[in-house]
Amino acid sequence: MRKIYLPLSKETIEDLRIGDEVLLTGTIYTARDQAHKRFFELLKKNKKLPVDLKAQTIYYCGPTAARPGNAIGSCGPTTSSRMDAFTPALLKTGLKGMIGKGSRSKEVISAIKKYKAVYFLAVGGAGAYLSKKVKRARVAVFKDLGPEAVYELSVKDFPVIVGIDSTGRSIY
Amino acid sequence: MRTINVKEIKKAVSDLCIKANTDLRPDVFSAIKKAAGLETDKRAKKIWGVLIENAAIAKRDRLAICQDTGIACVYLEIGRDVKLTGASLERAVNDGVKLGYRRGYFRASIVDPLTRKNTGNNAPAVIKTKIVNGDKVRLTVIPKGFGCENKNQIKMFKPTAGLKDVKKFIIDAVRQAGPDACPPYVVGVGIGGTFEKAAELSKEALLKTVSGVRCKVLSPECRLEKELLKEINKLKIGPAGIGGKTTALAVNICSHPTHIAGLPVAVSIGCHAMRSATAVI
Ligand code: SF4
Repeated sequence: MRKIYLPLSKETIEDLRIGDEVLLTGTIYTARDQAHKRFFELLKKNKKLPVDLKAQTIYYCGPTAARPGNAIGSCGPTTSSRMDAFTPALLKTGLKGMIGKGSRSKEVISAIKKYKAVYFLAVGGAGAYLSKKVKRARVAVFKDLGPEAVYELSVKDFPVIVGIDSTGRSIY
Repeated sequence: MRTINVKEIKKAVSDLCIKANTDLRPDVFSAIKKAAGLETDKRAKKIWGVLIENAAIAKRDRLAICQDTGIACVYLEIGRDVKLTGASLERAVNDGVKLGYRRGYFRASIVDPLTRKNTGNNAPAVIKTKIVNGDKVRLTVIPKGFGCENKNQIKMFKPTAGLKDVKKFIIDAVRQAGPDACPPYVVGVGIGGTFEKAAELSKEALLKTVSGVRCKVLSPECRLEKELLKEINKLKIGPAGIGGKTTALAVNICSHPTHIAGLPVAVSIGCHAMRSATAVI
């Protein structure tokens, strides 16, 4: 299986095709509904985001608490389509990768094509398995959101499948 | 009369929250293994392997099977010869949920519906009580994830609607859940009663076994289950939604007589991490 080091380069993104199974290593940021809403509102007001998402990858995930000795708890993907309304704005600021589960809206697919980004699928409901691929985790911003805070995760060989590639093709 | 202090109920609820979230239901696990064996698609086969490994890791390391440890639905069947003592029953159940979710390192996913403020402890639970014969208390905890809960549907059909219409509605509900709600699914169907009864029945249907011999006599319900399962698997949504032989592990139906003027039908979608645990005190 192909290994990819994050952040994603332009060449890597353009090389990826739907159905490709890849292993991600590097830094990713978790963000789900409330964090997206906050990002979106900041962008609407022309404010800077508290984390620089340029060339970064967001993981739609709200993990469980870590048991003592573990980096993180169970940490599978949440349903991506709930983030659809906010995604094009984030792609415009330079976000390049997203990891989640399920389908995306037409608007998201065309924004992925326009901004040359990529949407990965992680296996939903495999949070215990995926937790073993996370080496370190810390809250980056929005600590008040609890499990919905933005975490910075260091992942190693995190398994994903290309769901929508930079040409705008979707696996579904 | 048998006396039970609600402290025992609190403890049982706490233990069941942990068991349900870390130890995949044996019938669900064996249905997954069976479906994995039938799969021919290479990529789908791999995903089945991940699901099986995930369940094994969760059990071994006492990790949540899925990070969405759900809203705790607690069903209580209380024998009429039981006298409950101590604090209120509702409080005991909610304290049990709080304790279980803390001990299990599970996610606190419950918020106020208007302010969206997190309660911080996954309480309160959705509690349902039923008075039954006997002197025992039977408790079931269903940690219900919302990826799949969001895909549930209900429809009030006309009494003249045919089985064909009902089937189409159920299959469409699964089609609309598509790849989003962690297929392969357990499809719970409630037919009849009233609006809320049909919804309740569809949830109860998720508690029926999903593997082995599921109905001994070929009742109309049983026949419908079989037909629906066949049709739903033709959707080829497959594990993780990227194609495969199995889209649903099972279709389970619960029914109740209804009114001459209508036909309520509810569909509850359970994901492959269909979790529940039961204990009797
Ligand atoms: S749908 Fe089920 S398996 Fe998927 S994330 Fe939600 S609870 Fe977990």
